Amino acid sequence: MATTTHREYIWELPVRITHWVNALSILTLSVTGFYIGAPFLGIPAGDDVLPMAMMRFIHFVAGYIFTASVLFRVYWWFVGNQYARLNQFIPTTWGRVQNTVQCALFYGFMEDEIPHSPGHTGMAGLSYIVVFMLFLFEVASGFALLHMANGGGIIYAIGGGWMLDILSAGTIRMLHHVFMWCIWIFVIIHVYISWHNDIIERNGLISSIFSGYKFFGDHH
Amino acid sequence: MAGSIYHHLLSRGVTRRDFLKFCSATAATLGLSSSMVPQIAEALEKKERPSVVWLHFQECTGDSESVLRASKPSIAKVILDIVSLDYHETIMAPSGHAAEKSLHDTITKKKGKYIAVYEGAVPTKDGGIYCFVGGKKSIDTCKEVAAGAMANIAVGNCACFGGVPAAKPNPTEAKGIRDIIGGTVLNIPGCPMNPENFTAVVVHFLTFGSLPALDSLGRPLFAYGKLIHNNCERRPHFDQGQFVRQWGDQGHRLGWCLYEMGCKGPMAFQNCPTIRWNEGTSWPVQAGHPCIACATPDNWDAAYPFYQRMKAVPGVGWQANADKIGLGVAAATAAAVAAHGAIRAAKRRKECSKSEDEGHE
Repeated sequence: MATTTHREYIWELPVRITHWVNALSILTLSVTGFYIGAPFLGIPAGDDVLPMAMMRFIHFVAGYIFTASVLFRVYWWFVGNQYARLNQFIPTTWGRVQNTVQCALFYGFMEDEIPHSPGHTGMAGLSYIVVFMLFLFEVASGFALLHMANGGGIIYAIGGGWMLDILSAGTIRMLHHVFMWCIWIFVIIHVYISWHNDIIERNGLISSIFSGYKFFGDHH
Repeated sequence: MAGSIYHHLLSRGVTRRDFLKFCSATAATLGLSSSMVPQIAEALEKKERPSVVWLHFQECTGDSESVLRASKPSIAKVILDIVSLDYHETIMAPSGHAAEKSLHDTITKKKGKYIAVYEGAVPTKDGGIYCFVGGKKSIDTCKEVAAGAMANIAVGNCACFGGVPAAKPNPTEAKGIRDIIGGTVLNIPGCPMNPENFTAVVVHFLTFGSLPALDSLGRPLFAYGKLIHNNCERRPHFDQGQFVRQWGDQGHRLGWCLYEMGCKGPMAFQNCPTIRWNEGTSWPVQAGHPCIACATPDNWDAAYPFYQRMKAVPGVGWQANADKIGLGVAAATAAAVAAHGAIRAAKRRKECSKSEDEGHE
């Protein structure tokens, strides 16, 4: 059995860019967010640095960048290539459902082969739609808290100000933390699975998020 | 004009100068330009004192205390003199049937011409039997008085949003006045309310014949339009990262920011930092205590815990901090992932050696 490989263009440039913008902004937002939530730097009296003002500024700018990136990726659900579309995230066909179940069995050591998926596996797609919901909640709760501090504005009102009518500011802030942790738990699993599948499938999965290309074996 | 508010104030020993100072201060509280001061003064010179019916329900009379207390003789002492208090359960002279008669007389004879002020929440459980005044259920009195009032003003958090009586588990299903009578109720929340805001509302009503602009919670924007945190005198310490970490520490003595001690200034709206309390003497944060968001709906639950920045995660115990739980779950995930990797590696090694064995055969 001779095996050759060919490479295939899977992740378009906007997909890769939003992936890395999301990753970097999540890191930035988390670090600055931790400081804003519980200021860990002790600043002596008389020092004229403004760490809280700086952290908040960076947090808000990163928040806007993250929002733009998330919204652009949502737009790409509808105009991107076949691997970027919304139906990759929500299993709508029987084939995708089977793929998702087989993935779950594979990760649970109950199945030896991982189903062939050129783009996202069914399970990966499903986890990304969940994580996008977390993103959107983080954006909305962030705008709600910003809306309160800045006393209004249409972007804040649409972005998340409506949430203040449903939940108290303290609860929104608490959930803002809880969902951040959910995102980090996703990150741990996401990085592990990428590395794991890169080894198992030898398809260049990790390099694909930089280059856009995956490698597939052709069986003859 | 004899019988006007101005004449009444004069008879109480207020000078013309003090009167104009009061008009200016009230214009400032309302956020009006100084050019409006003559209009306010004119209204108070000409208009008669409006009749006020002041009802007490489930509360501690703190709002009345707030209005009545004044440490030094000044205009604040006669704040209540800008209105004619026809009925006020705790400070009126008559008692018993005479008191109830004065209430009845006011709401029938001055129908549509009196201002109703409510202090305290109204219980609704079991038909509202948990609060009786003068043999009548507070829910009935409330509706009866509201029906003939030209304006309804709720003072204090209890009357506005339920306050302490409505805090969990709210045994009497207490509600704020707006939830009882519906329609437009002007809310002046706080625990207690700031009397200057009450006076300003009444003066606005007398001067312009209308209530001031309200936010979605029925609170006048002049008093509740700005975040306490944004007007706080300790705000520079916040931006500088200088925080009180423990009661009585160096930062506390230096007047640093109370954010880490659970201050709710960043979620609370009121004009405390600008008009302050007790004739501008001080306010909680100035005195070194964190804000407890007393003008916020359900603050006893919504702003709880008062001395912690973060709310507890519900269902995981009252000390369950989201970050502690998150870190724990993240660590557990990392451990699970490592275990998964180890099992996968072991399985692959087994498969490899198996295929090698097969290859030899």
